[in-house]
Amino acid sequence: MKNPLDSLWGTVISGLVLTVVLYYLARAMMGG
Amino acid sequence: MGEFIQYGLGRWLHIMAGVMWIGLLYYFNFVQVDALKQAAADTPPTGAGITKHVAPRALFYFRWAAVVTVLAGVMILGERVDDALFFKERAYVPIGIGAWLGLIMFFNVWVLIWPNQKKILGIVPATDEEKTKARRVAFLASRTNTALSMPMLFFMVASGGIFRRAIFGA
Repeated sequence: MKNPLDSLWGTVISGLVLTVVLYYLARAMMGG
Repeated sequence: MGEFIQYGLGRWLHIMAGVMWIGLLYYFNFVQVDALKQAAADTPPTGAGITKHVAPRALFYFRWAAVVTVLAGVMILGERVDDALFFKERAYVPIGIGAWLGLIMFFNVWVLIWPNQKKILGIVPATDEEKTKARRVAFLASRTNTALSMPMLFFMVASGGIFRRAIFGA
């Protein structure tokens, strides 16, 4: 599988996905 | 006066240095990487000026802006630094996540990017094989930081007052 970080847009999409994941994690840590 | 320095000047300095750090990170990733690739394909190659005159200066401000950003961030958090980093209080969760992302990025700058860039730019001696490996490690660390910068900035701007309440409801 190709490393998404090899492409600029793969990097940007990875950053966006990580932002969404961490947002829901933060909400869970803050009690909903 | 203490709070003016800690929160007023500290936050101002944190944001100015952060703009320089992340601005140069975006310059490397959105501009320089592809520019050097195209310059290498020219006949004769035309990238020497970038690697000799631009990259070392950009890297100087890049890595020291990272230091100022982190130190100013620690100064703003002050005695609440452990509340943020160890998520001791609900309200400190967003800034804690942002701070951890910033610290991982800081580690990447000083441990992975800068030592390998020194080899690539010929500041320290390295064989061709070592340079090839250094180029890959520095590139991936830089790309990782670009990806991490997105949630890092989200949590930094979402961490205070009305913004935190609007985004996290707490």
